[in-house]
Amino acid sequence: MKRLLMALAATAILAACSSTPTKEQDGASVEDRGGAATAQQQKPQTQPTGPTTTPLEPKGVSGNPLKDPSNILSKRSVYFDLDSNIVKDEFKPLVSAHARYLQQNAGQKVTVQGNADERGSREYNLALGQRRADAVKQAMQLLGARSEQIETISFGEEKPRSTGHDEKSWAENRRADIVYPND
Amino acid sequence: MQSCREKIPLMIHAFRMLMAALLLSAGSAAASLTIEITGAGATQIPVAIVPFRAEEGLAQRITPVVAADLARSGLFRTVDPGGINPVPHEPEQLDYAQWRARGAEAVVIGSVSKAPDGRYDIRFRVMDVVKQTQIAGFVYFATANQLRLTAHKIADVIYEKLTGDTGVFATRIAYVVKRGARYELHVADADGYGAQSVLSSNEPIISPAWSPDGTRLAYVSFEQKKPIVYVQSLTTGGRQAVAAFRGSNSAPAWSRDGRQLAVTLTRDGGSQLYLINADGSGEPRRLTSSNAIDTEANFSPDGQSILFTSDRGGGPQIYRIAVSGGPAQRVTFEGDYNVSPRHSPDGKSFTFIQRNRGRFNVAVQDFATRQVQVLTDGGIDESPSFAPNSRLILYATEVGGRGILAAVSSDGRIRQRFTADVGDAREPAWSSVVNK
Repeated sequence: MKRLLMALAATAILAACSSTPTKEQDGASVEDRGGAATAQQQKPQTQPTGPTTTPLEPKGVSGNPLKDPSNILSKRSVYFDLDSNIVKDEFKPLVSAHARYLQQNAGQKVTVQGNADERGSREYNLALGQRRADAVKQAMQLLGARSEQIETISFGEEKPRSTGHDEKSWAENRRADIVYPND
Repeated sequence: MQSCREKIPLMIHAFRMLMAALLLSAGSAAASLTIEITGAGATQIPVAIVPFRAEEGLAQRITPVVAADLARSGLFRTVDPGGINPVPHEPEQLDYAQWRARGAEAVVIGSVSKAPDGRYDIRFRVMDVVKQTQIAGFVYFATANQLRLTAHKIADVIYEKLTGDTGVFATRIAYVVKRGARYELHVADADGYGAQSVLSSNEPIISPAWSPDGTRLAYVSFEQKKPIVYVQSLTTGGRQAVAAFRGSNSAPAWSRDGRQLAVTLTRDGGSQLYLINADGSGEPRRLTSSNAIDTEANFSPDGQSILFTSDRGGGPQIYRIAVSGGPAQRVTFEGDYNVSPRHSPDGKSFTFIQRNRGRFNVAVQDFATRQVQVLTDGGIDESPSFAPNSRLILYATEVGGRGILAAVSSDGRIRQRFTADVGDAREPAWSSVVNK
């Protein structure tokens, strides 16, 4: 009986204790907008005497604009000034691009994750990070994204990208990230 | 004068057996905490703790734990009990002149024997050296794995009889340890002994909160890639997500009857306070409605009101709101950053973190006088919580780049440091329950 109790308890505590990473939900399929991988290749017309033409191969192997380094959609981070949750002008093109993408892909969902630097109360910093995520969401909604497409959450100071204790690190962590399901 | 009393709660016995079993099956034991003390009380009571008869044969000796508890409180000076022959275990064996000569005001004597049912019979007396009378005397019946708890209860009795304050040696603390990329939620005795991990995760854990009856912990876990509030039973290890709404869920605080939690939810846009059932049933009831951040709720001892952090006035300050709802009143007026309020169990004050010129320190404000006393100078202090006797405040800080726990007495005189063997300790919470 004691063994069974221990085994049950062990199962319960191990179930409670283990942390399996949640499988990311597959988002809605991404529509190819940029150069498609299946771009047709045009065979050059053969002309015995004239110049031959060769089509230029499209750049970007996968054609997914979210992952294309030359596409602004591959950028995800909005940085904030100290004690601020205002989306600065320099990030408006980025926010606008993602908003447009969501508008054009009605089934697409994203999460905006807010962060704060390490100074001060953890719970208050969680709320500050949330405020930054909400600011990005509001900006995206103004530009055509729907509220249901965007969930905002916060990591507060708990998952810093930069672990130093100086202004440079703190600035890196005052940040909201736009995250797509398959990132 | 109280007579002998017996204490064998089956539940705590079963719990300890279960925890021992869980510890074995959970793999490596959690690291322990070592405690050092600096500072002392205004007066220190000199007390001699004489080794109990027959305790040297025990797997866990009693008097060293008692002496360590009393010394750690900063309110006692232990007088050397050695070199007296024969060693006194009964009042009639005491030569009070010897103890007066050593400067002791009280002497503790006792004995251990086997009871007919196989448990240990542990009896002790606290004797007044000057008056030559008994101050207190009790008998405990304990199994082998209850010996340490019994020693803590003896220390509590001595503490209470000689200082007039309730002892907290038989209490427990919870805290989070971060080791590399791993986070664990630990529960340990208030002296740092016997730390056990009740949750282990690759993602952060913050804001542990004890249920009033000491059997459950609420906490925030990021294991699902966003903050979610869980309630976990310490007796079964089972747990439940009680707040997993759209957006962020955090800052759980227990109501006095343990049936509700105040939490911070962002489901309606913005961090606001809500009341939910602790079993996750039903719908949240919204408590605050501001366009600002409202978070870090903490129920008053009478259960009627809640202190919380809000930046509705610009910067974060502490406010109070009735549990039934209504307007919030601001209670902190010093400086531009006051957060993390926790009531004292006696209801007379609250502790919080105050930022001054970029430095974050533990402070206490008296409700009646509104006087504020800053108790620490670490500069990076956070998460303060009161011990059940309202005399000690446990909090988190950093020393040498490492997260440690620390405690300071409410008058600022006594300081303790709790260092985990490995990793960074943070987010401490002191259980309000005295172990029975």
